[in-house]
Amino acid sequence: MLELKNASNFINAEVHLSNISLQFKSGIVNAILGPTMSGKTPLIRLIAGLDKCAEGNIFINDNDITNQKVQKRNVAMVHQQFINYPSLSVFDNIASPLRILRIDEKVIGHKVNKVAELLKLESLLKFFPNNLSGGEQQRTAIARAIIKDADLVLMDEPLANLDYKFREEFRSELPNIMKEINAIFIYATSEVSEALFMSGNTTILSNGQAIQSGPTYDIYNNPNNIIALKIFSDPSVNELKVIKKEKYFFIGNTQLFPVKKYHKHIRDGIYSIAVRPYHGFSKKHSKDMIEFKMKILGNEFAGAENIIHTEFYGEHWKFFISNYVYDDQLDHIKIYIDAKDIFIFDNDGLPVFIPPL
Amino acid sequence: MARISINNISHSYKKRKDIESDYALKSINHVWNDGESFAILGPSGCGKTTLLNIISGLLTASNGSIYFDEKDVTYLPTEERNIAQVFQFPIIYDTMTVAENLSFPLINRGLSLNQIQNKVTEILGLLKLDAISNHKANDLTADQKQKIALGRGLVRSDVNAILFDEPLTVIDPQMKWEIHSHIKSIHRQLNQTMIYVTHDQTEALTFADNVAVMKDGKIIQVGTPNELFKRPAHTFVGYFIGSPGMNFLPCQVKEKIALIGNEKVQLCSDYGNLCDGIELGIRPEYVKLFDSADVDSQGIPAVIKNIINYGRSNIVYLERGTYQFNAIVPNDEAIPDNPVAVFPPDKIHIYCKSKIIEP
Repeated sequence: MLELKNASNFINAEVHLSNISLQFKSGIVNAILGPTMSGKTPLIRLIAGLDKCAEGNIFINDNDITNQKVQKRNVAMVHQQFINYPSLSVFDNIASPLRILRIDEKVIGHKVNKVAELLKLESLLKFFPNNLSGGEQQRTAIARAIIKDADLVLMDEPLANLDYKFREEFRSELPNIMKEINAIFIYATSEVSEALFMSGNTTILSNGQAIQSGPTYDIYNNPNNIIALKIFSDPSVNELKVIKKEKYFFIGNTQLFPVKKYHKHIRDGIYSIAVRPYHGFSKKHSKDMIEFKMKILGNEFAGAENIIHTEFYGEHWKFFISNYVYDDQLDHIKIYIDAKDIFIFDNDGLPVFIPPL
Repeated sequence: MARISINNISHSYKKRKDIESDYALKSINHVWNDGESFAILGPSGCGKTTLLNIISGLLTASNGSIYFDEKDVTYLPTEERNIAQVFQFPIIYDTMTVAENLSFPLINRGLSLNQIQNKVTEILGLLKLDAISNHKANDLTADQKQKIALGRGLVRSDVNAILFDEPLTVIDPQMKWEIHSHIKSIHRQLNQTMIYVTHDQTEALTFADNVAVMKDGKIIQVGTPNELFKRPAHTFVGYFIGSPGMNFLPCQVKEKIALIGNEKVQLCSDYGNLCDGIELGIRPEYVKLFDSADVDSQGIPAVIKNIINYGRSNIVYLERGTYQFNAIVPNDEAIPDNPVAVFPPDKIHIYCKSKIIEP
C-alpha cells in the first residue's frame, strides 16, 4: 500500500498540492479524476519522486520514502505522450528495462512474450514503433512500464491522444491486466467514463486538493460535496439555486416541487439542486415524477438517445432522452424528473439529500 | 461560401506508387453542398486528415481534381483558396487581447473599423467571450484559447469553408459539450460550410448534418447520424459508431429465420437462403434480456461474463458458445442471472462479407 500523509507541494509560492492524505492499494485501479490544472500531474510526480514534498510524507508498506529519489523507488511511468525507442523493435523496446538490469536473455524472452500476450502485441514484436498505430505504440510503452515488476505503476492520462475506439477497448482491458501484475497502480484521467469503467477506487482532485476518495461507485453515487458531483459527471450535472420554504422548493415565487417525506429534515433556506442528465424523461412513468416545462435550446443526436439542451430559469440543462422524436417547431418540452433523483446541497456545497440507489 | 467537389482524389506519401496499399487516399469522390455541416469520422490512419489537407491546399493530391463551385483549385495554394482553419492546438497571438485576435483576420482584409467592430462583437457574443474580450490571450486556459481560435475561424464571412481538424483534442471533456453547442448554434446562424474531422463518434454525430465514415483511405458510408446509427451499411460503421459498437454474430439465413448455431432468430423480412460469410447485426441498446426461468422466454441463452455500470446504464458482456455480444441495460431494469437474449426483429440487419444486404 502507498500512503500520502498531509502531503503538500508549492512551486514559486503557488499551491500545486495541498495537504493530501490518501491510500492506494495494489490489485485494483486507483483512478485520480480531475479537470485540467487540478493537480493530477503534480500528484503523480510527487508519488514518483520526480518532485519532493514541501510538507508531509509518503510511505510504501509503512516505509517512509519521502526523501527517496526516483531511481530508488522502482517506479514505472506512462505519460500522455508515449515514448518508445524508434530504432528498437517492439520486442527490444519492451525488453530494454530488463537489459539495463543485465537479466539473462532467456528470462527476458520469456517475460517479453508474457507481457506482449497480456497487451495483445504478440504479432507485432518484430515491428518498429514508426510502423505502429498510436494505440499500438502506447501499448508498447505500457508493456515496457510493467515488465520490470515495478512496485508502482503510474499512468498520467495515457489514452488522451488515442482514438476513441481504442480507448473504449483499452479501458475495459486495463483492470484485467492490473490484476495480473503485483503493483500499486495509479491512473490519472480527466474522463469520467474511464474512472467508471475501470471501477476500483477513485480520488477526486480539485484545485490541488483531494476532495473525496474511495470505491468508485460509492464516490459516484454519494458525492460529499457539490464540486465532487460536478467533476464526476459528464455531461455536467444540471444545477439550479432554489429556496426551500415550508412545503415547497421555490424559485422566486414559483413553486418548483413539493417537499416530500424524505426531505423532512431539510430546514427552510437557500439550496442548490442538481440533476444528472439521464434522470430526466419525456414521459411520466411513476406518480412521484414532477413535470418541468423547459425552453428547448437544441437537440443533439447520440445514437439510441438524444441530448436535449434546454434553458431552465436561466441555466443550461441537458438530458439524455431515449426514443424521442425531435420536433424543431416546438419551443418547449416537458421533462419529468423523480423528486428522489434530485440532489440537494446546502450553501456550503454539502449534501442534504442524496438520491437513494 | 462555395460548393466543394472532389473527383477521384488519390494520395500517396510514398515515392513509389505501385500498389493500392501505397495510397493513403484511394479514389475519393464527394460533393459538399454550400452551407452544409459535415463530419469526416474514422480511426487514426484512415486518411481523414490527408483529405482535409487536400481540401485546404496544404497538400496537393497525387491524382484527381478539386473544385470550389465551378473553379478548379487543384493546384491553388492555401492562401488563394480563401478558407478558415481550426487545428488541434489553438493557433492564436498570445500577446494580443481576445478581441484583437478576432479583429486581425479582418484588418488584413481591409474592412472598415465599424464593420470589424460589429463582426467581432457578434462572434464574441456567440462564443461567450465578451467578458474577457480585453484579456491577453496568454493568460487564458486551454479551452478559452481554443474558443479564440474558433472565433478567428468564424469571424470572416467571406470564406469558402471552415475546416476543423480535431479541434477539441486539448479540451476537457465537460467543456467539449459547451464548445460543441457553440459551433452548432453558430452554424445555424451563419450557415457556413463546415467540415469537421474527428475520430470521436460523439463529436461527429452531434455536430454534423451528414457524416462520412472513412477506413483505409476510402469513404465507406455517408449518411445522417441517424442513418449511420440505425442502418450501418458496413460492419465497420456498426462497430465504429456506438459505444460499445454493434454486435455481429455469424449465422445462416433461411428466409425469415436466422440460425445462430442451433438457435433460431426471427427476422422482419424474407432474405432467401444465405450461408457464406453471413452475420447478424444488432446494437447492444436493442438487445433485451429475460430470465431463462420464465416459461415464455424464447431467445438465445447466454452466460454473463462481466457487468460494467457506467452511470446511467449497465453494459452486460455475454457469451454464447464461441460468440460474444453485449447488451445495454438501463439502471432501473433488472439483469437476470441466467439470461436469454432476445433480438427485436425490426432492429436486426443482415450482412454478407461485411456489407449490408437488403431482404
